[in-house]
Amino acid sequence: MIAILAKDLRTELRTLQSLPAMALFAVTTFVIFRFGLDRTALSGSLAAGVLWVTLLFAAILGINRLFVAEREEGGFDAIRLAPIDRTAVFAAKATALLVYLLALELVAVPVFAIFFLDSAAALPPLALALLLADIGLAATGTLISSMAVNSRARDLLTPLVLLPLAVPLSIAATGAIEPLLGVGGPAYDRFGTWLAVLGLYDLIFLLVGYAVFDFLLED
Amino acid sequence: MYGKGLKPLSIATVAALALSLSLVFFYAPLDADQGFVQKIFYLHVPLAIVALLGFVAGGVFAIAHLRSGDSKWDAYSYVSIHMSVIFGVAVLITGAIWAKASWGHWWVWDEPTLVSFLIVFLMYATYYPFRYAIEDRDRQARYASVFAITAGAFVPLNFMAVRMAESLVHPRTFATAEGGLPAEMMLTFLVSLGATGLLWTTLVKFELTAKSASGQLKRLRRALDAPPSGGSSRVAPEVS
Amino acid sequence: MTKAIELRGLRREYGERVALAGVDLSLRRGESLVVLGPNGAGKTTLLRILATLLRPGAGEVRVLGARLPGEAWKARGRIGFLGHEPLLYRDLSGRENLRFHARLHGLSGEAAEARIEALLIAVGMERRAGQRVAELSAGMRQRIAVCRCVLHEPELLLLDEPDSNLDAEGRELARALIGPGSGRTRVLVTHDPERALPDADQVLEL
Repeated sequence: MIAILAKDLRTELRTLQSLPAMALFAVTTFVIFRFGLDRTALSGSLAAGVLWVTLLFAAILGINRLFVAEREEGGFDAIRLAPIDRTAVFAAKATALLVYLLALELVAVPVFAIFFLDSAAALPPLALALLLADIGLAATGTLISSMAVNSRARDLLTPLVLLPLAVPLSIAATGAIEPLLGVGGPAYDRFGTWLAVLGLYDLIFLLVGYAVFDFLLED
Repeated sequence: MYGKGLKPLSIATVAALALSLSLVFFYAPLDADQGFVQKIFYLHVPLAIVALLGFVAGGVFAIAHLRSGDSKWDAYSYVSIHMSVIFGVAVLITGAIWAKASWGHWWVWDEPTLVSFLIVFLMYATYYPFRYAIEDRDRQARYASVFAITAGAFVPLNFMAVRMAESLVHPRTFATAEGGLPAEMMLTFLVSLGATGLLWTTLVKFELTAKSASGQLKRLRRALDAPPSGGSSRVAPEVS
Repeated sequence: MTKAIELRGLRREYGERVALAGVDLSLRRGESLVVLGPNGAGKTTLLRILATLLRPGAGEVRVLGARLPGEAWKARGRIGFLGHEPLLYRDLSGRENLRFHARLHGLSGEAAEARIEALLIAVGMERRAGQRVAELSAGMRQRIAVCRCVLHEPELLLLDEPDSNLDAEGRELARALIGPGSGRTRVLVTHDPERALPDADQVLEL
């Protein structure tokens, strides 16, 4: 599993295909929101919404590309020939995606704070909520991407199927984030509850991915 | 093979529907608040419950398909989801009518169950473009099963999350089957539920039979080397 | 001693198209099989089924004693597959690719490094193995693919037109690793029967 993960990360570092695009997309989207909403400062639900939606759509860019190298170079064959557990592939790919998402946030969240927030007090709990949300997104994204990569119109298919699946995740993520970005400083209404929901989502989809991934790599 | 129980099933369905409709119109009392319009409830809620159960059934069939590799389970799964999506459209439409009649709006975000249902519906509506985008038939069936299982896991999670998103202070204006219903309403509701369930099952069986017949026809044509009749460009599952 | 490959009535269909219609075969260890046939006859399909990459449609299939598809995992890791694609990641170097494949097969550390270097020298690629695969010519990629294929010392080699893209020197170098003298059981698909037939113990025409 580590081998696949290392391979992915090394390739990404060398070619820098997905990460800069994702980060750039996020920052540009923030700018568009500034003009679309005609606001220079955001708080509460509006802030949570803008941040999460932007991150989600930027993530989709990365998710689309997750299996492309395998697909293009017949790489799936190499992995399928090897005497390894299929679920190791799922774990490796999901972890790679998680790393991409975290890297994306490392850039996008501070930029968001600089653009729209007045204080950085909310950032640590925000990071925690985002981490849990990212794990869920990584699990679901890997699952959907591995199926979409073998289809026609794969760039359309991934967002199409992923977005409804991401709704409970979005509800929980924005639910947790919104009070953090309130006007008077971070509040923690139901923070623990929302984190629990995120954790539940993560658990369920990691289990589903673990259980079905074998069937996805067969032929 | 598939058409065996179809006739008695259809008769039973028609009878149940007739019974349920007569109960709705003649037996169940008028609701004090909402008047006649409330009777849509007997249509809307059973449709929703049956549709959701149908989605779950689709997921269960999908598990059977992956474990056994027998493609008949895939056909069951596909048709179950298909029918539930159609029922889902009916749910959303009747829900909108009810909302408009009760509150004057075609859509309300405040009712968590309706919103959850919308999301689930959207999720399963993507089943089709997803399925038809995969060309290889075996792989298509396998991926579709994975989708059905994933979506099945998603349903309860979704309902829970949407419910939590609603402020708990907001009053629930729909007196649904949870609140104490008078006995006549409960009876009518249960009969409607049964009738809708029968309707779903009959339609599913009907579609499976139709697919089986066309599948057999295709095979005969192939065996006779006859050119295929204007086949579909999509790769829908064949029933053997 | 178990046979290397045993096939009885192997069938494979793609939807309505029949790719393989009842293939029978019995191959002993160390033997070489040459598969001939026109384009579209199902040669690649056969090879992929033997490689456990494709499920057999019907019939009995045993590869290295493992029944497919149920026991495919027993045979994996003992098969070396050289298909139409070199199966190399374009943005990594030849050496990195080989290291990756080594780790996929459970080889790592110094032993793996030594083996990789020995193979690279054997195909004459030790100087260019540090370059990205995308920058190499098709022939060089094929040479590295040959290394990849024998890296884990497989008992069975499945070769789909292995000489394609190789120049005369490449062919000679590859022959040592995947040719009849390599001591492994081989199944070879080729469009060049003249060169392959002299070494064949069995011939299958599809």
